[in-house]
Amino acid sequence: MDMKPVHIKRRSAEESASFDRRIIDYIQNAAAHGLYEIRGLGAKRPLPHFDDLLFLAGSASRYPLEGYREKCTTKTVLGTRYAKKPIELEIPITIAGMSFGALSANVKEALGRAATEVGTSTTTGDGGMTQEERGSSKTLVYQCLPSRYGFNPDDLRKADAIEVVIGQGAKPGGGGMLLGQKVNPRVAKMRTLPQGVDQRSACRHPDWTGPDDLAIKIQELREITDWEKPIYVKVGATRTFNDVKLAVHAGADVVVVDGMQGGTAATQTCFIEHVGIPTLAAVRQAVEALEDLDMKGTVQLIVSGGIRTGADVAKALAMGADAVAIGQGVLFALGCNSETFVRDGQHYSAIEAYDALGTAPGFCHHCHTGKCPVGVTTQDAELEQRLQPEVGARRVRNYLKTLNMELTTIARACGKQNVHHLEREDLVALTVEAAAMSGIPLAGTNWVPGR
Amino acid sequence: MERITAERMSFDLTKTPLRDVNHFLHRSLKDGDDRHIEVQNPDGAHSIAVGLNHPVTVEIHGHAGYYAAGMNKLATVVVHGSVGTGVAENMMSGKVHVKGFASNGAGATAHGGLLVIDGDAGLRCGISLKGGDIVVGGSVGSFSAFMAQAGRMVICGNAGDALGDSLYEAVIYIRGEPKSLGADARFEPMTDDDYKTVGDLLKQAGMDHDPRSFKRIASARNLYHWNADANQEY
Repeated sequence: MDMKPVHIKRRSAEESASFDRRIIDYIQNAAAHGLYEIRGLGAKRPLPHFDDLLFLAGSASRYPLEGYREKCTTKTVLGTRYAKKPIELEIPITIAGMSFGALSANVKEALGRAATEVGTSTTTGDGGMTQEERGSSKTLVYQCLPSRYGFNPDDLRKADAIEVVIGQGAKPGGGGMLLGQKVNPRVAKMRTLPQGVDQRSACRHPDWTGPDDLAIKIQELREITDWEKPIYVKVGATRTFNDVKLAVHAGADVVVVDGMQGGTAATQTCFIEHVGIPTLAAVRQAVEALEDLDMKGTVQLIVSGGIRTGADVAKALAMGADAVAIGQGVLFALGCNSETFVRDGQHYSAIEAYDALGTAPGFCHHCHTGKCPVGVTTQDAELEQRLQPEVGARRVRNYLKTLNMELTTIARACGKQNVHHLEREDLVALTVEAAAMSGIPLAGTNWVPGR
Repeated sequence: MERITAERMSFDLTKTPLRDVNHFLHRSLKDGDDRHIEVQNPDGAHSIAVGLNHPVTVEIHGHAGYYAAGMNKLATVVVHGSVGTGVAENMMSGKVHVKGFASNGAGATAHGGLLVIDGDAGLRCGISLKGGDIVVGGSVGSFSAFMAQAGRMVICGNAGDALGDSLYEAVIYIRGEPKSLGADARFEPMTDDDYKTVGDLLKQAGMDHDPRSFKRIASARNLYHWNADANQEY
């Protein structure tokens, strides 16, 4: 990160807005390699987001609840539409689907332990279910993805809920990619592919095409599991209003909407930054779709894509989500982009490993290389030791607890005894863009652009 | 449930809801149960005999809809008729035998077991195959064995376009001709092992073609790693 000051002698030597140093670097990199860039994590560009909303909270016209003593429940029930055994969670903050392959087995175990401790769910990913995560997770959501890597009826029966993944916010319409360097013998075996081969996950499901087929596919999954388990449908945020309606028509118990800030372990940068819509716009469209079908409260909505703080959770719930899912936030909690890793209570510098990747803490997005300096997104036998499950579990538990405390703090200030009572009326927008996307009036006005 | 005897029993789908039939097949059988179960009047219903987990034999008398015998494990399922999309999808083991024709995605992602289709199969037969075996007595549609990772596919008739596109380690044997091969798929010489494999699979399927009349198609493995100079043409 060489950031020496630039001395400009003449005004005509100013940097171009269209062709700034970032773009010049992009062009020259393309010219040198003839390949698009692949990276991990989510969109880095500035976007209208939950930061552009504010809570009004209590005052004379509404009265708040006392911040520490008065009850504010966070209990969350998902899958009440058809499933005989809906999911009951202590908090509305879940852990998003991330694959074993992208993440190490240690990390999957840590996530399961943390989720279990705080009473929430965690989710498998492309590549199937590991014993580590099933063993450590009280509530585990099993993903049914286009690749069907490692997908099998025994694990389906072991799952607490099933998530049919149509798309992902980081790459709606795109399949997955696990580069060969992360395909160690165990990952290869789970995916039935040769070791070291680049693994492409298909972008469409192999045995159904379109929403009418999806309805039959969901029925099959219900028949196999005797209608016990909730079935989620996950979509990457694009034409969210229509997609959510189709998912509901297809028989979903729960719809998961993942905005463009959602992360990935390996996707083309042009995809991450230029495809899909921001989470803020997606939540509003998803909620409107459910309301349009009179399905709000019958079909639950989980929102993901750039949920970082308790305030983000509170805003998503106020806009109409029933729960959120977090991927990247959880990785950062584990130590992603940290300067050090912890082994047996001692901190050790990870700077050398960042240097080797040509990056630094705060900038790293090299999940795709499998050379994660802090042992989170790796299958390397050495590197994965940099994240011990108990350390990871404690950090993620603390993070989720903090978010939940922030959520209830805001909910109480808004006078709610239940975080699910937060409502759009509690919010105002800070910018015209956020007001237009979220349908929430600009602060100090009753104006929503377009209405 | 009607006409229950010790070894043989029969369900009539006009009288017993499918959900009850599947529930019985999942929950009322004991480990190692190898009973013979008949399903009458399927009338194209979807998801018949899905998620089986015991070495029973289920005979479906008539046409079945989507996902017949989906995710099968251990069981033998015989369909005396044709089937819709996704027959024996993601099968783990056991055998599924379709006496008629099969629609799209037959045997998709099957990890194990044997799928036999006496007639033709539609598009994407054996897509993303993960170790299962498929024998088709007739022809298969376009994009069959797309991204097939492991397992074997024997096609006694012809194939549509792009057979074996983006193949991994699965192997295709074809007696007729594909309209075209997909990216990275190529004909390879048959070895003695290949003749034996084809002979064994044909025998299990109850078909008696000469293994010497089949050709082998497998992956050229050019798609296994990124190649910038290939200009996305393989």
